[in-house]
Amino acid sequence: MRVLYFAWLRQKVGIAEEDVAPPAEVRDVAGLIRWLAARSAAHANAFADPRQVRAAVNQDFATPEHPVAANDEVAFFPPVTGG
Amino acid sequence: MARILVQDAAFDLAAETASLSAGRIDVGAVASFLGICRGDDGLTALVLEHYPGMTERAIGRIADEAERRWPLTGCTVIHRTGRILPGEPIVLVLTASAHRAAALEACAFLIDWLKTKAPFWKREEFAGGSHRWVEAKGEDDLAASRWTGAA
Repeated sequence: MRVLYFAWLRQKVGIAEEDVAPPAEVRDVAGLIRWLAARSAAHANAFADPRQVRAAVNQDFATPEHPVAANDEVAFFPPVTGG
Repeated sequence: MARILVQDAAFDLAAETASLSAGRIDVGAVASFLGICRGDDGLTALVLEHYPGMTERAIGRIADEAERRWPLTGCTVIHRTGRILPGEPIVLVLTASAHRAAALEACAFLIDWLKTKAPFWKREEFAGGSHRWVEAKGEDDLAASRWTGAA
């Protein structure tokens, strides 16, 4: 699974992307956030307030309940501020 | 089919506008929205980050929705990325139609949804070297929600 970070999430985690292999019990976006947050202090800091975190699975916006699978591209970012 | 560009470079408003009616006589209205970087509070630059790949898909879906809702003859969305200075353009939305109502409404819809449904993030840089990420505004969600319905 490829995980991408954007904006202040990228800065807090310290990397723009990483390949991860979460265990089978990680089934959805919310579960992936909990698992990633336990990987390092930087991850924990980035995900400290999940209400400020949005996600996309395979380049579509995804809710916390959206399933994730081994070959997915999952991105985490703050609420968007373009335009 | 909308013309969608995500690019660092500036764009040519006059040329983009002209191309929507060039060589055809069924276009009665072209509406435009040009978003420009303001220099409030000592801001020296905006740095626009995006999610390459998803950005183009997201804008494409928003444009598809505009074309589904209004009888457009053309639609152009150009969003700049990278470092943008006060006074420089950030985003251009153009809509063309036979009549003004469709062009004006579709243009407003496109910029409202772009602000809340396309993966861009703005970072503000200030004189003295400080910087901060722009926070999403509730008023933008409100503006987007007046066009009820999902993409």
